[in-house]
Amino acid sequence: MNALSLRQLRKTYNNGFEALKGIDLEVEAGDFFALLGPNGAGKSTAIGIISSLVNASSGSVSIFGHDLKTDRARAKSCIGLVPQEINFNQFETVKNIVLNQAGYYGAPRKLARQRTEICLKQMDLWDKRDMVSRRLSGGMKRRVMIARALVHAPRLLILDEPTAGVDIEIRRSMWKMMREINGQGTTIILTTHYLEEAESLCRNIAIINHGRIVENSDMASLLSRLTIDHFVLYLAQPVSVMPKLEGYQIERVDNKIVNVSVPKETGLNDLFSQLSAHNIKVLSLKNRSNRLEQLFMDLIESKPAGDKP
Amino acid sequence: MNYWIAFRTIVIKETYRFIRIWPQTLLPPAITTALYFLIFGKLIGARIGTIHGASYMDYIVPGVILMSVISHAYSNVVSSFYSTKFQRNIEELLVAPVPNWVILGGYVSGGIFRGLLVGLVVALISLLFADIVVRNAVIAIAIAMLTATVFSLAGFINAVLAESFDDISIIPNFVLTPLSYLGGVFYSVGMLPGIWQTISLANPILYMINAFRYGFIGVTDVDIQFAFLITGGFIIVLTGLSLVMLHKGVGIKN
Repeated sequence: MNALSLRQLRKTYNNGFEALKGIDLEVEAGDFFALLGPNGAGKSTAIGIISSLVNASSGSVSIFGHDLKTDRARAKSCIGLVPQEINFNQFETVKNIVLNQAGYYGAPRKLARQRTEICLKQMDLWDKRDMVSRRLSGGMKRRVMIARALVHAPRLLILDEPTAGVDIEIRRSMWKMMREINGQGTTIILTTHYLEEAESLCRNIAIINHGRIVENSDMASLLSRLTIDHFVLYLAQPVSVMPKLEGYQIERVDNKIVNVSVPKETGLNDLFSQLSAHNIKVLSLKNRSNRLEQLFMDLIESKPAGDKP
Repeated sequence: MNYWIAFRTIVIKETYRFIRIWPQTLLPPAITTALYFLIFGKLIGARIGTIHGASYMDYIVPGVILMSVISHAYSNVVSSFYSTKFQRNIEELLVAPVPNWVILGGYVSGGIFRGLLVGLVVALISLLFADIVVRNAVIAIAIAMLTATVFSLAGFINAVLAESFDDISIIPNFVLTPLSYLGGVFYSVGMLPGIWQTISLANPILYMINAFRYGFIGVTDVDIQFAFLITGGFIIVLTGLSLVMLHKGVGIKN
């Protein structure tokens, strides 16, 4: 069964801007799915419609087989949303934020208290339960939103840029949490601007641009389309003019750093042979960008969708 | 889906909110009305004499109580719901399977509770200045509840339409307070000259205050049944308007 099905979803705002131009999308139950796209591409609008924060102009949304228009309560019960921006009452305690959310989903008080305790402990927030939420750190506030989204045990968890603006340590711990949640059977849809996050966590991916889905496939086959790797080489000695190397595209950054594009079928051995032949010694190298980032940029730049906002 | 639990959650949250900040919500009306009773009732009222056979103090007590109910029912909902919008935690309710009528009912109930609680506080304060005898408690309680409902709904609509904190103070300052003062709290409508009587009769608050006063001292300038009809009519119209706005997502959805 699909956790989510979008059919010809369209949204035109009152100012005439067409944010979604009839998108179709399916996310399988149990998936860890990445929804990517540049700013203003339509991701937030799509998520807003799925989570009932934005009214669609036309099209349909189905969540675990429940139509969002005709079977609204059941469809909504399946969703947990972690929004991009902090949106809880900053004057409320951590416990009450989560407890109230359980109540909105119809959980009796006793069950709501049990679920609140479980979720706050899962998010390592139990000792902060009586703290007024505005006193929490940025990372803790994000975790409050995840605890709040999980309190009714949703089957589909939507994470809209959950790690934006948090430090690497918290980001890593949140990745671990997300994997655990997905491992327990919850379908996750993740939007993020950190493409290594999507590559590391997600099995399937859709890329949206100018209100249209420009790519929708599994992560492995998408990455296999990469034909060129990009590296940064750090040289032992300064080089004033880089020689031409057959089969490689070289760009000099400064006299000790060069960027190299390496076709996958060629590999690196021949590159180092040619550099050695020119008495150029390489101290170290690193990937110039995340692999998914390269594909993402290629897709965004190569598939203009016509009209722009 | 158990909507009763969602409704109760909103009501508990709203009630807890205004009780938690009681120095802002319950204390000021106690002080203000004590001053009303002291200045208008005791000092000036003693020189005015009686109206419709009631002492001036006894005459103004019901109006002052209901005026407090009106302003606090309104301000509770307008400030709470606008803050919910402003902080975007309205999204907590929009994402959840909570029907619009439950959202409306929850916030309006919070407003009714605060309005009636403030009314009770003011009534207790008035006991220090007047010997209150309630002649018809059913009418007094019913009109107080209905009036609190009307102004909670009005506060809700104001909050939905408001785009800034300024917008939530315009109506209370420039509409609600003048209408309350001109609603016969401190005088009988019969004491006004010709045209002002006609204008006053177009003020719905006049009917509510008179019906409430009738419940207390058995004196009224208007027909009680008509007062209930007007109040009920407002509730129906404002409820319909609120639900339509929620359904369309006015002010809360894109």
